[in-house]
Formats: sequence, structure tokens, C-alpha cells
Amino acid sequence: MSAIPAPFMQSLKSALVAPPPVHQPARLKPAMNESQVADEPPLYVRAKAPEWLPRLIAPLIGFGLFLAFWEALSKAGGQLPSPLSTWHSAMDVFSNPFYKKGPNDQGIGWNVLTSLGRVGIGFGAAAAVGIPLGFMIGRFRFLSDMAAPIISILKPVSPLAWLPIGLMVFKAANPAAIYVIFVCSLWPMIVNTAVGVRQIPQDYLNVARVLNLSEWKVFTRILFPAVLPYMITGVRLSVGVAWLVIVAAEMLTGGVGIGFWVWDEWNNLNVQHIIIAIFTVGIVGLALEQFMMLLARRFSYDDGRQS
Amino acid sequence: MNGKYLEIDQVNMVFDTKKGPFCALQGIKLEIRAGEFVSLIGHSGCGKSTLLNIVAGLLRPSAGNILLAEREIRGPGPDRGVVFQNHSLLPWLTCFENVYLAAERVFASTEDSARMRERTAKALDMVHLDHAMHKYPHEISGGMKQRVGIARALSMEPKILLLDEPFGALDALTRAHLQDELMRIVAPGANSAGSTVLMVTHDVDEAVLLSDRVVMMTNGPAATIGEIIEIDLPRPRQRLALASTLRYMALRSALLEFLYHKQMREAA
Repeated sequence: MSAIPAPFMQSLKSALVAPPPVHQPARLKPAMNESQVADEPPLYVRAKAPEWLPRLIAPLIGFGLFLAFWEALSKAGGQLPSPLSTWHSAMDVFSNPFYKKGPNDQGIGWNVLTSLGRVGIGFGAAAAVGIPLGFMIGRFRFLSDMAAPIISILKPVSPLAWLPIGLMVFKAANPAAIYVIFVCSLWPMIVNTAVGVRQIPQDYLNVARVLNLSEWKVFTRILFPAVLPYMITGVRLSVGVAWLVIVAAEMLTGGVGIGFWVWDEWNNLNVQHIIIAIFTVGIVGLALEQFMMLLARRFSYDDGRQS
Repeated sequence: MNGKYLEIDQVNMVFDTKKGPFCALQGIKLEIRAGEFVSLIGHSGCGKSTLLNIVAGLLRPSAGNILLAEREIRGPGPDRGVVFQNHSLLPWLTCFENVYLAAERVFASTEDSARMRERTAKALDMVHLDHAMHKYPHEISGGMKQRVGIARALSMEPKILLLDEPFGALDALTRAHLQDELMRIVAPGANSAGSTVLMVTHDVDEAVLLSDRVVMMTNGPAATIGEIIEIDLPRPRQRLALASTLRYMALRSALLEFLYHKQMREAA
């Protein structure tokens, strides 16, 4: 018990005392209630902390517990560096993210950008192939029946299993890594687009039919806008998978990239840098996900389908 | 115009189902004059919407054929303006764009976009929606959506309007209001002969108020036309004034008699 530091006990206590987080959709502004209260004097006021407070405190407590656990683990022995030493190391790494000292020693900024570049190219190629393919598979039953068994078999295969074939075909590490990203991004894009096409309400297609619209008009005015939300979901899943896979692929192929950086630092036994890389990968992944969510919200026509 | 503008001749409709062929419609024969308002009424499932969809070209009849202005109907086309029960507006287009899509389909080859925009605005104006034309469907009420649906059909200047329970999903007050509007829109005007309309409904009052003739369909399977009642009430019709007249009540009870006595359905 004495090994557990005081801050840990404190944050544990406050976690137990803190009110449970309020579950409500994030879009609902908690401030709305208060402004209504301010307009009319309420009959009675119950002493109550503002609603956003637990929502702000809960993640802080989460981080606190996480750091305390980490600290405890590093104190318990082994080679795990403490959070503080990792922080200092991170300050050092991020103080000069864009240096270049030869092909295998570059700043973390270059490594992240190189990985993002690979993801971008592989993913872009997958979108260029997968989205039209998804449209066709969704629109024509015959194509769907043709492609379904192949997709079903290939989809569960780990993308890394494709790497040897990539190396064999391209005879170079970089295109092989991009090709792995391409393969793993392809399936979600095809499947979601096809599902989207199949989910188009019959009403909309009936409109197209009674107006006898040209194929081009049907595509631009009905199919494409109706499928767009599904497509963005596919894109979002693909980017997520691609970002997961790139780290592993780069570990195998080497060169410049965040995955290779992790492997390189492992060879240097620089565990702090490995932890920094883990957080960097996580934060970049989160940013990608949030960006896609923003995009999805921009193109969703909520509740328009109903009533 | 001659006596038969829309001619439905011995139409059968058989669907292939898992349990074998299902005969939905049997020997439908109906002629509609130009400018006439005809309602199809019957219990749900009697195939009245199926018949409308055949006229719209969305379904192909198993037998028989349909002539509109002496041309055979072989598929869907913009010469028939369809209004669906659930409005079927495209949610990513504004009301204006929804209507414009239809106007453009018909007139793009002969008119410039300014003229087609004018048509679109005119159609929306006709249903009193000019103030909301740049709103999206989810921003307006159910009644307004249905108005846009009607405007979309009108903007194509179709030979016939096909209405599939157009007001079925609306509340009673909105429905009454839209029925009055529809009467005004399809009535013969100073420069038009009046629209030809085929409407599916299950509302007896709606059928009597709006129609020149009401076609009553028997229950399926193999539904067919049971009786046809001529609604000889003078136009323009006033909902309130009519409701207390003897003739209106007689027509109304004739319809009810058919639906609830002759074609009574076991509780479905």
C-alpha cells in the first residue's frame, strides 16, 4: 500500500466522490438550461454544480488515474520510464521535429508526415477504386453476387499478409507499404458504398423513375447524395484501419515513418521514445477520426428521410 | 377531346410470390375523360395503389393495356405527374430545387433556365409555397411537403395527375385545407381546361368532395371494379355548404354502403 503515492489515492478518492458523468448527446448545449433559468426567476434553486463541471472533471480524473498507474508501474521496477522522464524526453523530441541527419535519423515530424503521406496515397488510390466499385456492386445485383464471395474471403485477411506479395511485385519497401494501405482501405470503402446504394429508399428511386431522369441526373441528384453519408463512413473506417496498419507495415519495411521510428528506438532501447511514438500515433489517429466526423456531419441531412 | 382520354383496358396484374402467383387485379376496365377527376376507393390491400402504379408506369401489367391520349403507356414518364403519399422529396435539395428537377426534365430541351425557374416559381406559387421555396424539406411541415410534391407534379404540365393517397399522412385540418387547394388548382380556369386526375384514397368524404366519379374496388385477391358512382354535385363545391345537403349525404352513404356492407372485410 505504501508503494502507491499520495496523489494516486487522492485522485482515486475524488473519482469515487465525483458525480457520475451526465449522459447526453454532445451536441446539446448544457448552457441552454441556465439561460432559461436566468429569464424567469425559478420557484426554488437547488444548490448544484454546473452540468459541464463533471464532464470536464471526468476526463481529467481519467488521465490522472492513468498517469498514477503508469507511475506506479515504473516505480515497481522493470525498464518502464516514468511519466515525468517521458515528458522531458518528449519536450526534447518535439523541440526539433524536423531535422534530417541522413536517411535513418530524422525528426519525429518527418516520420509522422512520411507515414501520413503513405496513408494518403494508398488510401486515395483505394477511394478512387473502391467507391466506383462499390457503386457498381450496389447498383447491379449480378456484380454483387459475383464480388461477394471474393470480398468475404479477402476482407478478414490481415493487411500485413499482403506485404510479401507487395514486396515481390514492387521490389521496393515504400510502394509495398502503400500497397498494403491500399488493400486494407479498399474493403470498407467498397462495402459501405455498396450498402449505401442498396439502402437508398425506394421512394427516391421512384421519383427518378416517374420523372424518367437521365442516368447522369439520377447519379448526381439522387444516388450520389443519398450514398454520401455511407461513403463517408467507409472513408472514416478506412482511414482508421490504414492508420493502424501503417505502423506495423513500416516496422517491417523500414525507411522513414513513425512505425519504423518505433522499431528503431526499440533497437536503441530508448523506451521513452517508443512511448512518445505511441501517443503521437494515438493523437494523429484521433485527429483524423475527428476530421472525418466533422466531414460526416457536414454532409448528413438528418431527419430528412423521415416524416 | 373525345370521351376517353385515359383508357384502361382489361388490365390484369399477377405478382409472383413465394407461395405461387398472386392475382392482385383482374379485368380492370376504366375510361377517364379529359378534365375529369376520378377517385379509386377501396379497402387497403385491394390493389388500388397497384392500379395507380400501373398507370404511372412503375409496374407493368400482366395483361391488358393502357392508353393515355391515344398512346400506349409502356413505362414511367413525365407526361404523368405522380404525387406520392409520403411526399418523396429529396432531402438534400431545397423545395425549389426539388420542383426544378421535374421542370428541367420536361422543358430543358425547349426552354432556357430562366424560363424554367419561372415555371418552378409559378408551380410553388400555385400551392402557396412561394415564401418557403428555398427551405429544405426537413425544415417544413408535412402539409407543406405534400404541397411541394403537388407543385413538382404540376410543374411538368402533365397530361394527367396521379395522386396516391396524397393527404393520407396528414392531420384532418391540414387535409381539409389541402383538399380545398387541390380543388382550386385542378378546376377549369380562364386559360385551362382543368386537370385530369386519378386519385387513390380511402377517405369517403375526400372522394365525394373532390371527384366527378368514384370508382369502388372490390376486395382482393383478384380485385376488380365493383361499382362506379357519378358525383353529380355542382361545382365549385363548398365543403361546409355541401355537408348538409341531401344529395351529398346520399352519395356518401352509397359509398359507405359499398365499403362496409357489400365489401365488408373480416377484421384485418
